[in-house]
Formats: sequence, C-alpha cells, structure tokens
Amino acid sequence: MATTRTIKLRVNGADYEGTAEVRKTLVDFLREDLGLTGTNVGCEHGVCGACTILMNGETVRSCIMLAAQADGAELMTVEGLAKPGGELHPIQEAFREKHGLQCGFCTPGFLMTTYELLHKHPDADEEEIKEWLSGNLCRCTGYQDILESVKLAASRLRNR
Amino acid sequence: MKPAKFDYYDPRSLEEALALLDTHQGDGKVLAGGQSLMPLLNMRLARPNIVVDINRIKELNYVRASDGGIAIGAIARQRALQTEKLIAERVPILQEAAYYIAHPQIRSRGTICGSIAHADPAAELPALALALDAEMTLTSAKAARTVGAETFFQSFFTTALEANEILTEVRFPAPRKDSAWSVLEISRRHGDFAIAGIVAGLALDPDRQVIRRARLVYFGVGATPVRVTAAEEALIGQAALEPAFEAAAQSAKQGIDPSNDIHATEEYRRAVAATLTKRALRAALQKLGKN
Repeated sequence: MATTRTIKLRVNGADYEGTAEVRKTLVDFLREDLGLTGTNVGCEHGVCGACTILMNGETVRSCIMLAAQADGAELMTVEGLAKPGGELHPIQEAFREKHGLQCGFCTPGFLMTTYELLHKHPDADEEEIKEWLSGNLCRCTGYQDILESVKLAASRLRNR
Repeated sequence: MKPAKFDYYDPRSLEEALALLDTHQGDGKVLAGGQSLMPLLNMRLARPNIVVDINRIKELNYVRASDGGIAIGAIARQRALQTEKLIAERVPILQEAAYYIAHPQIRSRGTICGSIAHADPAAELPALALALDAEMTLTSAKAARTVGAETFFQSFFTTALEANEILTEVRFPAPRKDSAWSVLEISRRHGDFAIAGIVAGLALDPDRQVIRRARLVYFGVGATPVRVTAAEEALIGQAALEPAFEAAAQSAKQGIDPSNDIHATEEYRRAVAATLTKRALRAALQKLGKN
C-alpha cells in the first residue's frame, strides 16, 4: 500500500503530473506541487469557498477533496480565466469595474463560481445569482458590489 | 489543519470495497462525496487508518426507477436531485428540498446516500428519508439487508450501519397521489444547516375537506430527524383550517427535543418549529388545491 500517488491531470488546458501523499488535499497539490497559487486556502473545511475550482465543468471545493481523487480529471482554476496575453476575462473585468473585491482573498473562488453560473445559466436572475454566491464568503465587500459585478458580467457575456 | 496519515484505496468495484472494509474491520472510513468526512479528516476529528474511496465505483452512480418511486446509488450526487427528470416526476419534494441543501459547489460532490449515512440531525436528506418512508440497502461482503428510515437513524451521527457495511442504495417510494408535501427550514444564512426545519405531508378526504393523513418530520431539533405523531394526530379528522394547524404546531413544540447551542436556544428552536409547522401545512394545502 503506497502512501503516495502519481497524479496525472489537466489544468487550464495543460497536462500536469505530480506525486503526492495520499492525504494531500487537492488545493495544496495545486499550490505546492503544480505552482498554481491563484487558488486560495481559506477555512479548510468547505465553508468559505475561497478554494473553489472547476472539476470536469462543475465547481467544487478543492480543500475538501484529495489530490488523488482528481487523477484523470480536467480542472480549471482562476489562472485559466485571463487570456495568455494577460487580457482579463469579462468576469474579471466586471469585478474590477464594479469593485467586486477589496482584499481579494475570496476573489478566485467568487470568479470560479460566477464562471460556472454564467456558463450554465446565462440568464440567471438576482435570486439565482444570490443562491450560487451563497457558497462563497467575503468579509470585505458586503456582497452588494459582487452582486453588481456578476450582473454586469452576465449582461456582457450575453451580448458578446 | 491537514489530515493525519491514512492508507488510501480507490477500488473499481463494490466487491473490492466491501472486502477492504471487512479486512480492516472498524478501522476504515468510506469516502463518498467527502463533504462531511473531508472536513473531519482535515480537522483530525476523524483519524481512520484506512480510507476507502468509492467514487470510482461506476456501478454505484445511478438514479433509476424502482416500483413507483426511485432508487439512488451510493455515489449519485446531490445535484442529481435538481437535474434528474425521474426525481422531478416521481418524488418532486426531493427536487424542491435540494435548494436548502448547502450550495451548488457542495452538491456537485456531496452524495445523497452520504448525507443519509452521515446522519447529521440538522440535515435535510435524513428528514426526507424518514418523512417519505425511504428504505436503505446496507451491503457487506457477506450480505445485503434492507433497513427502513424509522430504524436506520439511531442518534447523533449514528445509524444502523455496521463498520463493514456500505449504504449502497436508498429508495424513495413515490408519495401517494392524494398527498402534497412541503419542506421548509430556517437557517442563519442560505445553505447553512437548519436551526430548525420540517418536512410535512398532507392528504384530505375529498368529500368533507377534512384531513385524512398527515406526516410531520422535523430536523435540527433532536438527535435524529424527529417524527411527531402526536402533532399528526392533532390534524387527522379535523378541517384543514388554521385551528387544526395551530393545534399541530403546539403539539410539535412539545414533541421535539432541541438543544441549546451557539446557533440557537432550545426555546427559540421550539418556536421556530411551531411556526414552520403552520407555514408548511399551509403550503401543502395550497399544493393540494392545485392538484
């Protein structure tokens, strides 16, 4: 019984391979082994949403998954939003314009949640947006500007 | 906070998973969606020697028709409650309840069976299982047995599951055609565990508009989901009007066993349960009117 695992996965379109202890969480693997430090580690028990990423197209908490469980998976992290040249994604643009962040710690999680929401429900109304955002905590903004950011991003993505 | 060391297995078949649990009798933990177990591991409140991850056992990922109702396999995700047409058609109250179950980012991983096996008394799915007379299949390397919800939930986080068993399937029968159901809860923030919640079912005698059957199950107010039969009896044979609902609410207040904790006092939980009783009965009655 090996206490380490070789993990092969795809993150933001690129193939990665690494070896990790089986008890290592996915977020620690992303940050420490793959060097993808955009995803933040917040509460480490699935409450705050800072570590939210997409796995096979669905948002998940990467702090309450094991890295070994992502072997063979396709992930998207906040690093996958902007274009390679650095041009921000419309969701990021909207958060910047509407002050959808202050300290920025929770932002990667909010962006990834918004990404799945607007991808699957481009016409989401305010109630739906609130339901999705309820899984991410922010201690700075009071949420109103985040809500405005998501609404702006939604309208821009619809009219693109 | 990082998990203590454990040996990790992710078998491809149920047989292998059951053999592992049998070999490591009492030393192993089953990892399904992980939305409760992983926090416990991270905080080292759980320190199993063996983790048996059942996520790669494809045969356990299903929602299918079973008699008039539905059967749900061990790794079907909570999101299936909202996406599977079969659930919406046959047991629509499950679809309605999904809105209260944590958040989309949790429901993508969290499993229906996992929530029932974890048996958090403030969770929705155990209460739904009790209210709807769900049956659970508990499978070990040697045998499979069926346990009804009324005997499955034993105490806080404690069920009829033995250490060498996996909850492989839950079956929800279709509610009877003449009944309507509603689910409601109060929590501090949307998606939190309930301070108090209710699953209520109602059926009327078509001629006399009196209540023929009632089912009242509460969560967040005891060691398990709590069915209050005295409150149900306060409704049966009565006109489906406010006085009967009020009597049921008062009865429910006495029939539950809430505790004081950082989220709410015992007294507050009783008051919430009473209010939710009336609201849930009105909502069920309204649905009956639409049928």
